[in-house]
Amino acid sequence: MLVPILKQSNYLIASIQSELSDDDLLRLRENLVRQVSKFRSTGVIIDVTALDVMDSFATRTLRSIAHMVRLRGAETVIVGIQPEVAFAMVQLGLRLEDIATALDLEEGLAFLDRKTKGDGRRGG
Amino acid sequence: MGQKKTKEEISESKEALRKELVEHFREKREVLRQQWVQQMTAKGLLAGLTQEEIETESMTIYDTCVVCLETNRYEGAQAYATRMAERGVLRGMTTEQIIGGLLTLRDVYGRSLFERYQQDMERLSAALDIYEPVANKILSIVALAFVEEREKIVRQQQEAIRELSTPVLQVRDRLLILPIIGVIDSLRARQLTEQLLRAIRSNRAKVVVMDITGVPTVDSKVANHLVQTVDASRLMGATVVVTGVSPEIAQTLVTLGVDLSKMNTVGDLQGGIEAADRFLGYRVIMEDTTGLTIPKQKV
Repeated sequence: MLVPILKQSNYLIASIQSELSDDDLLRLRENLVRQVSKFRSTGVIIDVTALDVMDSFATRTLRSIAHMVRLRGAETVIVGIQPEVAFAMVQLGLRLEDIATALDLEEGLAFLDRKTKGDGRRGG
Repeated sequence: MGQKKTKEEISESKEALRKELVEHFREKREVLRQQWVQQMTAKGLLAGLTQEEIETESMTIYDTCVVCLETNRYEGAQAYATRMAERGVLRGMTTEQIIGGLLTLRDVYGRSLFERYQQDMERLSAALDIYEPVANKILSIVALAFVEEREKIVRQQQEAIRELSTPVLQVRDRLLILPIIGVIDSLRARQLTEQLLRAIRSNRAKVVVMDITGVPTVDSKVANHLVQTVDASRLMGATVVVTGVSPEIAQTLVTLGVDLSKMNTVGDLQGGIEAADRFLGYRVIMEDTTGLTIPKQKV
């Protein structure tokens, strides 16, 4: 399933709507990294609210997306991790230490606004 | 003539002997019961019981045992043991008292059999063959009833503790406090984490102050649970501030080598809430010192 990537002023929002195969995840990564510079975005939000499971591959891919997006000059924030998913993840040792997380889309936007305020470019 | 008796004859003579034993115990009821009570008193097993209680209880137990021997059925003993266990445990009667008392009774019965059949070894051993399994069975029934009663109480208390569990309280918009009191085991830690994560979502919390002043000890497992809770909260976009780490717990954590570098810790709950306020962008201003006193109302 293709993940739609929405452009919202300076940010890109990828909203995952259903379980993704490994290929889908890799495609999402490629599209996001490509589009970050195309739209000169300063932030990327990945919404995982609809996911009830996050396995190690998904976690690793999300982390790599964040790292790659950072290399392209933007911030990434993952939003909407469900309580059960969060608990399962830490039990598996998947902690996403160096990745920003936020409760939901609104929080994620607020986080990016704070982060990018100093850049001289207004977001959100 | 064949020495071997037929099966029927053996069981018949066994039944006869059983009847004889029952009659013997009934006949000697008062003597043996008094002996038993005396021996128990000498061992101090009757502490905390009134004379009246001793009389009625000892009679009931004595008769119950004899009935078990007579009928070779143990429902009566079972029911009595359960009842006694309920009462005994409630009244703080020790298991030693109960088991000790029954062991004494067993000896008293046994001794009386020895006295009666000391001339006839064969008959004595036949009598013991009948008597001993019954005595052992009764003892095991009572012991099991007591253990079961204890376990029941432990289960009840565990449930009570679980229900008391930990509240997650909102003190300000987007600020939760989680005061943990008492020992944390794996089950409770799991429950606590799930509860907190749900509260973070429903209250849209940004900061959680986790106060562990009331936690007496921490081992590596519990520390690990705390770290997991902090990590999981972070995945939900909330920052956790840990407060109330006692000197002992601080020493244990460092000695255990738990990686706490990613944890925000503040000395006490007050400091934790202040830190959370700063984090959320609140500033507490004292407006007027006269506001500290509550104005008295005229009656």
